[in-house]
Amino acid sequence: MRARVLVRPKAGILDPQGQAVERALPALGFSGVRNVHIGRLIELDVDDPAHLPEMCEKLLSNPLIEDYEIVETGMRPDR
Amino acid sequence: MKFGIVRFPGSCDDVDALIAAERVGEATMLWHADRDLHGVDAVIVPGGFSYGDYLRVGAIARFAPVMEEVAEFAREGGLVLGICNGFQVLCEAGLLPGALLPNVSLRFICRQVELDVVRGETSFTRACEPSRPLSIPIKHTTGRYYASEPDLDALETAGQVLLRYAPGQNPNGSTRDIAGVCNRAGNVFGLMPHPEHAVDPLMGSADGLSIFESMRAQVGDRIPA
Repeated sequence: MRARVLVRPKAGILDPQGQAVERALPALGFSGVRNVHIGRLIELDVDDPAHLPEMCEKLLSNPLIEDYEIVETGMRPDR
Repeated sequence: MKFGIVRFPGSCDDVDALIAAERVGEATMLWHADRDLHGVDAVIVPGGFSYGDYLRVGAIARFAPVMEEVAEFAREGGLVLGICNGFQVLCEAGLLPGALLPNVSLRFICRQVELDVVRGETSFTRACEPSRPLSIPIKHTTGRYYASEPDLDALETAGQVLLRYAPGQNPNGSTRDIAGVCNRAGNVFGLMPHPEHAVDPLMGSADGLSIFESMRAQVGDRIPA
């Protein structure tokens, strides 16, 4: 199974990367941008997707500071 | 009294930590792949970029074989000091509360800071002069100490905050100006500033020595020389 894990800073934790990008976009002429947050995308093929939550808790995210979301994206491509 | 300094691939302050520890006792390197602490009396997890700091700072190093031994040593009451990346590793390993986030400025900061010793009677601060701030350098990009508000209240109540950046000197946006915290039992301590880079007047300050001297005094009380 191919999966994506989306890791985001927890709500309420100061996210200076998101703030920097939020300030940069209007400088390029894009107005009306709010609530920019920057996280991490991890793509992986796993034999057993049932292991994904534990992988997220133990390594892929730090639950103290980050939330994670698991998106299963279908069968593993042959490669 | 013998210190053991854990060397990971990517550690860079391990030799400085070794030399600093040798000013107050014996010291030896411990290799990340070893499952043996070689009988040391205290462990230092030094600064650097363990395992490239891939994924998150300290995230991979916590799974090094030697860290199982360090965790067991800590459970038995052994003194463990984490400096900078070592602090990050100990937080990731759950041996210390909280986490380190990127500096608010998102910049690498390298400069001398003044630190207030919040508690001077602990295993890591007992050799500090009462009510005199320590002058010790910081050099990091990911040093913003974070814990949730309820956790911070609990840490303060339990007396686990040992060092704060002096008023107005918080370099990285750490919550409540926290520069160093210990675990509840008081035998594991982590700090972002680098005491090993301040152990001789030639380095601009020798204030960092008091951290190592505190550890030696603590171990000396337990194990007669």
